[in-house]
Amino acid sequence: MRARGRNLRLPLRTGAAWAAAFVMFFPILWMMLTSLKTELQAISVPPLVLFEPTLDNFVLVQERSDYLSYAVNSVVTAFGGTAVAILLAIPAAYAMAVHGGRFTKDILLWMLSTKMLPAVGVLMPVYLLAQMAGLLDTRTVLVIIFAMINLPIIVWMLFSYFREVPLAILEAARIDGASVFREIVYVLLPLTWGGIVSTALLSIILCWNEAFWSINLTASDAGTLTALVASYSSPEGLFWAKLSAVSTLSCAPIVVFGWFCQKQLVQGLTFGAVK
Amino acid sequence: MKMLQATVAGAVAAVLGTAAMAGELTIATVNNGHMIEMQKLTSHFEEANPGITVNWVTLEEGTLRQRVTTDITTKGGQFDVMTIGMYEAPIWGARGWLEELEFGADYEVDDLLPAMRGGLSANGKLYAAPFYGESSMIMYRKDLVEAAGMTMPDNPTWGHVADVAAAIHDGDGGVYGICLRGKPGWGDNTAFLTTMANSFGARWFDENWMPQLDSPAWNHAVSFYVDLLTNYGPPGSSANSFNEILALFNEGRCGMWIDATIAASFISDPRQSKVADRVAFAQAPVAVTHRGANWLWAWALAVPAGTKQAGDAKKFVEWATSKAYIELVADTNGWGSVPTGTRQSTYDNPNFQAAAVFADAELAAILSADPSNSTQDPTPYTGVQFAAIPEFQAIGIAVGQQMSAALAGNVSVEEALAAAQTAADREMRKAGYY
Repeated sequence: MRARGRNLRLPLRTGAAWAAAFVMFFPILWMMLTSLKTELQAISVPPLVLFEPTLDNFVLVQERSDYLSYAVNSVVTAFGGTAVAILLAIPAAYAMAVHGGRFTKDILLWMLSTKMLPAVGVLMPVYLLAQMAGLLDTRTVLVIIFAMINLPIIVWMLFSYFREVPLAILEAARIDGASVFREIVYVLLPLTWGGIVSTALLSIILCWNEAFWSINLTASDAGTLTALVASYSSPEGLFWAKLSAVSTLSCAPIVVFGWFCQKQLVQGLTFGAVK
Repeated sequence: MKMLQATVAGAVAAVLGTAAMAGELTIATVNNGHMIEMQKLTSHFEEANPGITVNWVTLEEGTLRQRVTTDITTKGGQFDVMTIGMYEAPIWGARGWLEELEFGADYEVDDLLPAMRGGLSANGKLYAAPFYGESSMIMYRKDLVEAAGMTMPDNPTWGHVADVAAAIHDGDGGVYGICLRGKPGWGDNTAFLTTMANSFGARWFDENWMPQLDSPAWNHAVSFYVDLLTNYGPPGSSANSFNEILALFNEGRCGMWIDATIAASFISDPRQSKVADRVAFAQAPVAVTHRGANWLWAWALAVPAGTKQAGDAKKFVEWATSKAYIELVADTNGWGSVPTGTRQSTYDNPNFQAAAVFADAELAAILSADPSNSTQDPTPYTGVQFAAIPEFQAIGIAVGQQMSAALAGNVSVEEALAAAQTAADREMRKAGYY
């Protein structure tokens, strides 16, 4: 009887997992379907599920926008911002995890609290600084901004990974004469590599999806894919099918990237969960 | 080692760095059909003006306003040409934020419709050139009106519009008597409600800049609007603006729509609309006065005072808003696709008259709108669907939110107008008007 119950539970759980996955995936599926409709089909009530698909919207996006240039900007700023943030976060997290003091917790909380500030609150100062530095509409300004806005989360994540490393291992390295730099590079980083990679992946995804600063600090040269998507909203005229097409094109690279890296992502996020 | 450093620095600079070059114009615009067509035809301008290349920055309307305002106030210099509206042009022009536009005789500046030219000028100087213009009018389903045994005169009253809406309304069948803007925003429901209130004898401010939202005329107009949409409008009207209603109308679910004249070209286009062959047009309805009953708006091109390429930028503006450009669009896509609402010569053209079924109604609406005389009682401001003062944007948003709440049934009309009056009063006091 118990065995039968167990036999039933597995398909139920599998079914529930598939249902949950479908619910989560549905908006993306609907966006992809809408991108294959005409504007009139896209606004149809009730919504059309069966229709003759067209690639016209994708052709139109290619004609109207330099997709590749926006995609390159997204790649450079997402990877660049993440690299800068990781480089800054490793020593910060190391200092707090290995040589923590009385105020470590307060410093960590303060860093996280900066994320609570609405971005628009600092738009004007940041805009003026970028203007004075001659960095408006450059990838450099986005790399700097992306690094800064993700730094608190990256420090927090690395801090928790570094804390998992037994201090005895680091002390052994020190006894063997390793400098702080060598201790980090040859002992700490290899032991927490999975966590660092997953943190970097998460940061890349956050940078890729960032829209506020991309839209406000760029014009014709450094715009990222989020800025391209935003440009397809129209004040007067139907735009849902075209917007869905450009959104699909913008999501595709990061979805493929995430698909290939999912193993590392899960590995890193569960790093240290089981001792 | 130095070689390596130099190479790395060069590569980083190449990857990260970008810089605007001389002869490169950056133009900020919104994403709508006419603007996109202009982008496609830009190669004609570049061929005629060797040495000038054009980069486009297309932004969502709200973002565009925020970006160009930020750029112009901080002298950011990111844009050489900006797409702005009739609200911004006279205010920014008077402040010296925009270059005055003076074109040669070929431009035929007198061919611009007087209302458009006046609305984009300050102190007699033109600060933005109209790219396309619009007013508001009634667009309706003539098949439904005829089937209900009703007629729609060219100049109906609000009472007649309500009667027609009641006659053609079929809520159970999913066809609603009337669709109107309800989404909050100074350019959304506030713009529409202002024209309605004007016609009911209301005004935003008296001669001493005191807000008048607690007047009986405003109450009458807003009550009429809420009743009309509650009884004969689609569900969820408080979330509807131009695009939402355009989708409903094109699907055949609106019997009548009062909105921008530009919508006429969409709903009469069989590629976009299921009811393209069944639409007709009439002038915006009036209540106690015809003054201010229909709005006036233009998307226009302006050159910010901070640009280092004012000469080239003006050349582009002259090209894009010229008679020759309209003819270029006609040659490329047909007369039905030209930007309208800017030049008398467009409406005089027999090819355009033949291609655009809405031409006469649109021209009549634009010609009848007078921003300097838009209310029954005198006012100290200009503008039909807005008051052309910097504070109006904030006031319009606050008032729009209250009107939307009243339409959704969250507050009564009286409560909404009292809150709107308080918000307007606070803003005007803060700005030092009294």
